[in-house]
Amino acid sequence: MIEIDVGLARANFTLAVKFSAGEGITALFGESGAGKSTVLHLVAGLLKPDRGRIIVNGTVFTDIAQGIFLPSHRRRIGYVFQDALLFPHLSVRQNLTYGRWFTKPDANGITLAQVTELLGIGALLDRRPTTLSGGERQRVAIGRALLASPHVLLMDEPLAALDIDRKREIIPYIQRLRDELKLPILYVSHAIEEVARLADRVILMAQGQVTSDGPPQHVLSPKAGPGDDRFARVSILTTGHPSYDPDYQLTQVSHPAGSITLAGRLIPQDGPIRVVIRATDVTIALSKPRELSIRTALRGKVAGVSEPLGAVVMVEVELEGGEILAAAVTRKAVDELGLGEGDQVHCLVKSVSIDDRLMAIKD
Amino acid sequence: MMGLSEEDWTAILLSLRVASVATLASLPVGLALAYILARFRFPGRTLLDGLIHLPLVMPPVVTGYLLLLSFGRKGPIGAFLDECCGLVFSFRWTGAALAAAVMGLPLMVRAIRLTLESQDRRLEQAAGTLGARPLFVFATVTLPLALPGILAGSILSFAKALGEFGATITFVSNIPGETQTIPSAIYTFTQVPGGDANALRLTAVSIVISLLALIASEILARRLNRQVASFS
Repeated sequence: MIEIDVGLARANFTLAVKFSAGEGITALFGESGAGKSTVLHLVAGLLKPDRGRIIVNGTVFTDIAQGIFLPSHRRRIGYVFQDALLFPHLSVRQNLTYGRWFTKPDANGITLAQVTELLGIGALLDRRPTTLSGGERQRVAIGRALLASPHVLLMDEPLAALDIDRKREIIPYIQRLRDELKLPILYVSHAIEEVARLADRVILMAQGQVTSDGPPQHVLSPKAGPGDDRFARVSILTTGHPSYDPDYQLTQVSHPAGSITLAGRLIPQDGPIRVVIRATDVTIALSKPRELSIRTALRGKVAGVSEPLGAVVMVEVELEGGEILAAAVTRKAVDELGLGEGDQVHCLVKSVSIDDRLMAIKD
Repeated sequence: MMGLSEEDWTAILLSLRVASVATLASLPVGLALAYILARFRFPGRTLLDGLIHLPLVMPPVVTGYLLLLSFGRKGPIGAFLDECCGLVFSFRWTGAALAAAVMGLPLMVRAIRLTLESQDRRLEQAAGTLGARPLFVFATVTLPLALPGILAGSILSFAKALGEFGATITFVSNIPGETQTIPSAIYTFTQVPGGDANALRLTAVSIVISLLALIASEILARRLNRQVASFS
């Protein structure tokens, strides 16, 4: 359990955050410079706040009023940096066990064998960090943090420096951490797909303040999403159990507004699935299309149309079942279709634009 | 052997001893000074930096004379060290080593400081978050990563010590077997008629020693760099 209530004046904004977070992934989400990493630095003891307190599992890390500021090395935190920061002069094994010098081995039971199995890094133990790929390095960095038996795991944009394939390689491991270790994880990111996929809870930050806080479906819904960049707008739909068609290699998930077809087979086969749909992948039709290649058509009614400025307009559709789906369409299309609030529409989503990469996940 | 006289050998061995002792003794001091200059901001930092660099820019004779004034038998520090620990510098080989150490210190501090300043300090932070206390971080992260710089600094200091002449001769004179290092010996030979052959032989020796030291350091540095090199 992390309890944080701090203030800190920075050059370009004043940070003031207050929240508490338990087990699972709490994502700190927002644009660059919103103060997300600063929060992690404060928890890690790499920065001292001007006021306030930070308490983790009952241990007071920082309490400015009481004059308490525990140094980093006594906080029992696991910090995963954006660029891994493995010790270049040590082997992978030595990197992994570095934190073992300072904790009693029985402190939380996780062993080197468990960590190498969890992260799939058993074959790398005798290598040097410089010979590893970016994805491997990041996995070793996560393992190194876990082996220090932390009470809280801090992940500072752990995927930001990696390309899409490396992200795809690591995300399942982070999901396993989330599901198998009973550990509070603070996860900083400005990539909405990552947050949508991994977070149990999202804290949206802007200018050093918490602007929204809750489950990803709510916080990342089109209205609350950060910025106006149409490529950054996504909607998150919670869907029912998937079924797989091996002939066509398609996965179908059910949703009150219609079934959603996804290309490929999802890794988790059970339980509800979170589908993340980019606003730019949604087409709006007034009638159910017949002679089109698109397999997914979701019924709903227009809940709002953004200010008609420029070429692109954001249309928010309330699907049957109540969830909101955002579609980025041209202003011309809105005018020609005569779209207005309350109109019944079908939202078309290309199946090929959703796959297991970052877009569909176990809820 | 190799046509070297006993006198030559005395000078060579003395030079090696003086240079080794000077380098080893100034290493901890140089490391501490480099670390302080690289990592801390405090009033007087520029002054400290200037003082360390003085021997590099002052005439060596001036450095030697100042050493004589302070570390000589009658000098305040020299008298104290003689009394408390029986450590005498003036007109002894230890004095030659002290002069060489002082002259080599700025080179050593510069080299070590450069590697410390180029280190990614977040590696130290990472070690801290893993539970390592600052001293342990220094020993297991800072120091190993600074090894190439420490090596380069030591080689520079060693080379400087082998060649040091002005401060040495001013401070501890030119006594065969006690303070007559290779440069002093060469100088002496050039001052006497028929000494050219001896001077040339010692010149050759000093070139060989310098080359060997450089090659050894190059090989070591390459090996270390391969270990430490990181691309992040």
